[in-house]
Amino acid sequence: MDVMNGERRRAARMRNVRRHWQLYALLVLPVAYFVIFQYIPMANNVIAFKDYNVVQGIWGSPWAGFDHFERFFANPVAWDLIRNTLMLSLYGFLAGFPVPIILALALNEVRARFFKRTVQMVTYAPHFISTVIVVSMLILVFSPRIGFMADVMGFFGVDSNLLADPDAFRSVYVWSDVWQTAGYSAIIYMAALAGIDPSLYEAARLDGASRLRKIWHVDLPGIAPTVVVVMILSVGSVMAIGFEKAFLLQNPLNLSQSEIIATYTYKIGLLSADFSLATAVGLFNSVINLILLLAVNTVSKRVTGNGLW
Amino acid sequence: MTLTTAHRAEPEAEPRKPKRRKSTQVQDTRVDRVFMVGVYILLTTFLLVVLVPLANIVASSFSSPAAVSGGRVFLWPVDFTLVGYEAVLSNDAILTGFANSVFYAVVGTLVSVSLTVMIAYPLSRTELVGRKVLIGGVLFTMLFSGGLIPTYMVVRALGLLDTRWAIILPTAIAAWQVLIAMTFFRSSIPGELYEAAQLDGASDLRFLWSVVLPLSKPLLAVIALMYGIGQWNSYFSALIYLRSEDLYPLQLVLRDLLIVNNSGGSNLADQLAAQQMADLMKFSLIVVSTVPVLLVYPFVARHFTKGVMLGSVKG
Repeated sequence: MDVMNGERRRAARMRNVRRHWQLYALLVLPVAYFVIFQYIPMANNVIAFKDYNVVQGIWGSPWAGFDHFERFFANPVAWDLIRNTLMLSLYGFLAGFPVPIILALALNEVRARFFKRTVQMVTYAPHFISTVIVVSMLILVFSPRIGFMADVMGFFGVDSNLLADPDAFRSVYVWSDVWQTAGYSAIIYMAALAGIDPSLYEAARLDGASRLRKIWHVDLPGIAPTVVVVMILSVGSVMAIGFEKAFLLQNPLNLSQSEIIATYTYKIGLLSADFSLATAVGLFNSVINLILLLAVNTVSKRVTGNGLW
Repeated sequence: MTLTTAHRAEPEAEPRKPKRRKSTQVQDTRVDRVFMVGVYILLTTFLLVVLVPLANIVASSFSSPAAVSGGRVFLWPVDFTLVGYEAVLSNDAILTGFANSVFYAVVGTLVSVSLTVMIAYPLSRTELVGRKVLIGGVLFTMLFSGGLIPTYMVVRALGLLDTRWAIILPTAIAAWQVLIAMTFFRSSIPGELYEAAQLDGASDLRFLWSVVLPLSKPLLAVIALMYGIGQWNSYFSALIYLRSEDLYPLQLVLRDLLIVNNSGGSNLADQLAAQQMADLMKFSLIVVSTVPVLLVYPFVARHFTKGVMLGSVKG
């Protein structure tokens, strides 16, 4: 019986493939992309456990076990890197997560359409400016010689070149990120707010709820699932903090706080050409990141019933 | 229900009065009005925080080298002049970078959008054999990536190092865009259309080309612009894969000019003039390199909003 069913199903599948062969043909190139540029690199991570050399190639090079990982953790720099990476992303998460929600809730209260539109258009815009430009702007605007922000800060009694100060690095990184992304990140909450059942507002109005109570009892529960999904995604990318901006903001003066795992991997991998060590460090980073994501997703599913899958 | 009865009198009394406002609008109490003042202050602050640095950059870019260097420009140009722009537009490295970036953005977007449609459309068709496995394979790349060196090794093995393809191919498809496109195809293309097309004897490709794509223009606009702006703004691939300066995209040229920054000069007066000019050029350069993005931006802002919403539809 089972065999019959299996065979019949296979035959049906073959008929499906033959009938829709064009769909399968379309898939060839994109699937090749994913194999070549996503899955082969994943397999190449095997060199983290080998002493890779160009002559013997990926599979021919001798095994090294966990030597490269031990080498990394034996280096006192390792803990600085991990601390810098985690601190930077946690700070970024704590500062960057609530701002778009507050922005969306505030915008949602505004009835004056022109004002609302203007705020939206202006605050989205920085999202489309490149990292290179944002960092250049920071350097110019905070430059003690030409930048207006240096004057503003001087007015408040802060008198230093922020970009050369290692202790200011994280704040500069995080708040410029908030500056750049808060408006755009608010869109997703605006969408969620727009999707709230109008009868709930009607009910709140009949109950004589103030605006603040309406936000607390209708808006926040309404966007809660979205908030949870965004939160999981951001916690899941805690270790995946970008190379691009940290690398650009780095200078010899702030290196003690600005050297993160991603920039270190680039330096030992491409500048010092120690492929195996760089891959080991990168792999460590990706695995921690994956574990964090899975953990947050599981906890969130238990607690709130919302998850990514 | 019990709560509502207490406040019944008010709303019921309202319709008899002549209407001063639209009935759907919330009637603000005094607490609410204070709250709204707070909301407007908050939003205005936010607006200014975003706007002032941008305005300062634009104002500086139109000012004289000496005014910029002396830090005398705030929100309005001082000693209005265009010398900053003249210097930027006569710099060969910048012009080459600009042309390269246009090439990468246009060709990269064409490649990326085509490949994204080619995978997202079949995956949106539920009868596809192996659909779940393929979707899983795409989504997994969002959770875990090969990493810098392993990807570099693939690019090197393919002989793409220091070629234009190294900028376009390794980042050709973004899993996120596939997800957006797939969700769009599944939710916005009615099944009846497919049945009708089948009765007319249209093949899958024909259906995709003549029915699905024309109906998907908003989607295509969104993903094309996301890929295009992403490509225009990126410098990472170029930093890693390119050696020849004549292939550098604008962002990498900008990084060298704006951030790594090496200006020289023999005597002190020359050096000062060069320094002042270099300061001004940075501002003009920022404006020039951001203009293409800002030109398309208002035009597509609403599409982007729609795109984000498409992405936020779960499942």
